[in-house]
Amino acid sequence: MNTDIQSALAAFIAAEILNQPGRTIAGDEKLISSGLVDSLSLVDIALFVEEQYDVIIDDTELNPDTFDSLAELEEIILSRQS
Amino acid sequence: MSDIFAARLWQHAQHNPQQPSIHYLASGAEDLAITYQDLYRKSADFAQALQRAGIQPGEVVVLIMDYRADLLYAFWGAVLQGAIPSILPFLTEKLNPDRYLADLTSLISVTKPSAIITYDEFRPIMEEAVEDGSCVRSVLYLEEIPREQNLSSKDLTGFQAAPDDIVLLQHSSGTTGLQKGVALSHQAVFNQINALGEAIQLNHAQDVVVSWLPLYHDMGLIAGFILPILSGIPLVLMSPFDWVRAPHRLLQAVSQYQGTLSWLPNFAYNFCARKIRERHLESVDLSSWRAVINCSEPVRWESHQAFLGKFADYGLRPKALQTSYAMAENTFGVTQSDLAVEPPTQCVDQDTFLETGLIVPAREDQPSLVMMSSGKTLNNTRIRVQDPEGNILPDNTIGEIALQSDCMLTEYYNRQDATREAFQDGWFLTGDFGYLSAGEIYVTGRKKDLIIVGGKNIYPGDLEELLYEIPGVHPGRAVVFGVFNEKSGTEDVVVIAETDLEGDQERQDLADRIRAYITQNSPVVLRQVKIASAGWIIKTSSGKTSRSANKEKYLAEIVN
Repeated sequence: MNTDIQSALAAFIAAEILNQPGRTIAGDEKLISSGLVDSLSLVDIALFVEEQYDVIIDDTELNPDTFDSLAELEEIILSRQS
Repeated sequence: MSDIFAARLWQHAQHNPQQPSIHYLASGAEDLAITYQDLYRKSADFAQALQRAGIQPGEVVVLIMDYRADLLYAFWGAVLQGAIPSILPFLTEKLNPDRYLADLTSLISVTKPSAIITYDEFRPIMEEAVEDGSCVRSVLYLEEIPREQNLSSKDLTGFQAAPDDIVLLQHSSGTTGLQKGVALSHQAVFNQINALGEAIQLNHAQDVVVSWLPLYHDMGLIAGFILPILSGIPLVLMSPFDWVRAPHRLLQAVSQYQGTLSWLPNFAYNFCARKIRERHLESVDLSSWRAVINCSEPVRWESHQAFLGKFADYGLRPKALQTSYAMAENTFGVTQSDLAVEPPTQCVDQDTFLETGLIVPAREDQPSLVMMSSGKTLNNTRIRVQDPEGNILPDNTIGEIALQSDCMLTEYYNRQDATREAFQDGWFLTGDFGYLSAGEIYVTGRKKDLIIVGGKNIYPGDLEELLYEIPGVHPGRAVVFGVFNEKSGTEDVVVIAETDLEGDQERQDLADRIRAYITQNSPVVLRQVKIASAGWIIKTSSGKTSRSANKEKYLAEIVN
């Protein structure tokens, strides 16, 4: 089950990046290393997270070593909100 | 002035040894200033390594390296040795290593390089690509190349090169692109730089080029690398991998280094306008930027307006936004807009344009298009617009653009057949459509079905071949084309694949497989995948798939 944050991220990625609003994305599905989210769209994720959650993802963190799934991205958001 | 690369670099290293030639900017690291002396000496390490490996002048050296200063040294090292460097796109994370190996093998079979320079981590791929008896006699691993040899003499074979010798190869991506390496001579590159330099009034005392462009592409390699180094003007260089994650760094670099010149593909104007946050622009001053030149994909007035709207408050001048029409086969620039004014635009009647190929002014209450000029020909280049029989067309009539110059390719390397085909009566046929009006060229489209995504040339046939490798997609039952996306300022790659599968979930899974496969096996990602029932794809009477007819059908479906 996706959490609220994961669902919001998934809805954003499906609609805005993949052009497939109905597409579901599992919490542990690889996002970056699989090429699902291409490099031109990484900055869109950072912008979305910053606007929605007031959490800054630095450009040097836009790589699969920092996060590669919705669950990992959620973890970063939660840890930086607290 | 010397008209071979090695001598020109040597001259700068002698006259201005401590002047920074390149400021190399990497995310998360201090800016690295590379002086002319550093550039010469560190490049000479590579030249000597090639020499020790027995690589002869005139032999091709393929460089498979990512964006670090070592790539710059390896390129110049090959030049100093008199060898012919060819920079290949690096294996990115998303790419399937097997595909990379297949592409590399295909490149090796046509280009027949004698050496490859790469990293130790690529050893397994190299061992597969380079078999016993291969034309590749030596693979040099960066980690094993002796460095800091501090050669300070001209004792390198690259100094004996003749101006007509081939100095470098440029490949575009994909199976088709990798088999057509554009070979350029020293003289052609110098002729290009002189003509382009005059058109942009290159100022050796004041100009600073700022670039994030990839070096395996003509715009990045010539305008964003070779032109500033040979001309002796500073280059501020960052990696495309960094820029795409932090587009604001381009603007910060212009501000910090008083950048004056940049070249960008059209999509980058939209990308910067849409994705840069205000907080990254604090104290950014763009008033030094005298020309931001849009080229290598169709230029859009709307993209310039978006860019200006975002950055005018930071000192960007409207006149700084300029255009050019360029191609690797002419070394780089064919035309350049007049920097003294904004590029001319024409508001033309859309229906007449689409139906007859004629350019007439827009009519009131009728759909119109804004065409933006790509400028006038460089002083060493002539262009004409012709019909399929080779007749020259009058102004304001769309036809194929043909050109002649003294900076054309020597040949498609080892491809006499392709070289012959490209010329007709001494004119190079560009495959681009456009029209002339008052001496200005307006580029309107392409003869072939080539797709340009963010300045990268993509051959749809290459992608269709990939599609047929996917279980569930059948040969002849898929089609690929590009559709312009207003928001991103470039083309989206669209796939239509027919299937006999009925269920929604099964079709969704097939679409997912197609997206994943293309992502992992090509330089692009798909923006739109349509799974259609049998019979959707339009075929000609001879059974061929017409990409343009299917594109029209697809667009009509989306609109309705």
